[in-house]
Amino acid sequence: MVFEGIVHAYGRDVDTDVIIPARYLTTSDPVELARHAMEDIDADFVRRVQPGDIVVALENFGCGSSREHAPVALRASGVSCVVAASFARIFYRNAINTGLPIVVCPDAAREAHAGDRLRVDLGAGVVENLSQGRRYAAEAFPRFMQDLIDRGGLLPYVKAHMQEA
Amino acid sequence: MGQTITEKILARAAGKDAVRAGDIVEARVDLALANDITAPLALAEFEKAGFTNVFDPARIALVPDHFTPNKDIKAAGQAKKMREFARAHGIVNYFEVGRVGIEHVLLPDQGLVAPGDVVIGADSHTCTYGAVAAFSTGVGSTDFAAAMAWGRVWLRVPESIRFVYHGRLRPFVTGKDLMLHTIGLIGVDGALYQAMEFTGEAIEALSMDGRFSMCNMAIEAGGKSGIVGFDQKTTQYLQSRPEGSRARAAGEVFASDPDASYARVVDVDAAAVPPTVSRPHLPSNTAPAADLAGIAIDQVVIGSCTNGRLEDLRQAASILRGRTVHPGVRAIILPGTQQVCLEAAADGTMQTLIEAGCAFSTPTCGPCLGGHMGVLAEGERAVATTNRNFVGRMGHTGSEVYLASPYVAAASAVAGHIATPDTVGAGEES
Repeated sequence: MVFEGIVHAYGRDVDTDVIIPARYLTTSDPVELARHAMEDIDADFVRRVQPGDIVVALENFGCGSSREHAPVALRASGVSCVVAASFARIFYRNAINTGLPIVVCPDAAREAHAGDRLRVDLGAGVVENLSQGRRYAAEAFPRFMQDLIDRGGLLPYVKAHMQEA
Repeated sequence: MGQTITEKILARAAGKDAVRAGDIVEARVDLALANDITAPLALAEFEKAGFTNVFDPARIALVPDHFTPNKDIKAAGQAKKMREFARAHGIVNYFEVGRVGIEHVLLPDQGLVAPGDVVIGADSHTCTYGAVAAFSTGVGSTDFAAAMAWGRVWLRVPESIRFVYHGRLRPFVTGKDLMLHTIGLIGVDGALYQAMEFTGEAIEALSMDGRFSMCNMAIEAGGKSGIVGFDQKTTQYLQSRPEGSRARAAGEVFASDPDASYARVVDVDAAAVPPTVSRPHLPSNTAPAADLAGIAIDQVVIGSCTNGRLEDLRQAASILRGRTVHPGVRAIILPGTQQVCLEAAADGTMQTLIEAGCAFSTPTCGPCLGGHMGVLAEGERAVATTNRNFVGRMGHTGSEVYLASPYVAAASAVAGHIATPDTVGAGEES
């Protein structure tokens, strides 16, 4: 999969409370959640974000609450992929489980600026900053996780597993 | 080469003789839990995937504790979905309002967790149960949905950090202070993907309630889990759980081998740790409470899954006895369970707190996550014994939360600003 989009850049320790504030967690509807994506860190995000855009952040993206509504809200808002220097572990699992593509690429994350155009080739493991003319190697997923992604996510994986047993 | 307690627990749950940090295992789940925020999403995924049966209705806990008693019509709808699922699937550990408590206080108190268990929960503070020498970790709704059907979870065996707390804690210094201090030391991602193993003289001397508080906040350092080894205090706690419960029937227990491999060892002089506060907007932004004295506050929250146990309320009451909450402060008590309420009523703790001018709530997560029962307005500031002080966590993005122990929170409630117990005269009575 290849994604190309405009960068929305953030710092380190972006927590899931600012990605989707708890006051909106009275629904599981992706469309409703997307209306409030990033609201408490970037009130204007929902108006600016275009389908395919890429969220870029530094270390520990998605820390805090386990709410899966966070990757769901980002994906439904049009974000194609999140590139970060590192991810908090529950967010990492949740992104994979809900089909939000994520890429660990510290150099790309540090050097990208808001408004840059980024191309992410998940298969090749390459992040390109088209605005700056730079190319970075992304960290590959462990084989187990790539297998899980290839099978369409956790629930199809578990179903297949249970049927085999 | 020896193994850590975490490796031993995960090896047994995966049906292997030994596992190493970095291995990916499929572990048997002893208890899977979710709440009224995370369960509805999980139930939708469970049904969408075509699952019809849960693996074991006695090994799933559904706890409506976040926005309950229902805070509004939408929250009521979410709670209803969960209740209907629980009924349809005969979920044994569904707790209705009136019997429910804050999940991470309630479930161990009900005896649902035994040492050596693997617990996963669709709530980040699931790491709390490490206090009874179990492996427990937070996951999302889809992971919970998968575990409900499969009875297993895939996990990467974490490296462990061994924390050694030397010496004894000073008066008015609690497990909460020790944990805030630790997070300040290593940062909010200082234990990312790792197990935090708490050891040393100060941990041996710490109460079970203090151990629960510490393990509860492992996630605030990015940790996958927190864990304390099994000892006499664990046994006493487990044996006072309800008759016939899983905790009472605890089987084989594990301990880290002396030659186990650790990512690192962190030595902490526990005797030097002062009452500690985390300033906005990260739990790692710590300072001695005394250095922050004089910062005016509007609200105090004492309770939550971090500090809503009986010892916590007693500590708060010991400060508030014979004193009153400052006229400019709203002090809200969030007990962890109905049992905590009953015990606080029986020993006079509740009366002390109410007479001092505190609002005594029913158990709920409520304001901790800006839900209800004490949401902050723009420009307002709270001292809370909760676990997070992120931007907007307790309400408006222009509000502030300072994290502290029940002692410091109670002293601040009296003073009307951040204060340590000694400055409001506490400790002079005894």
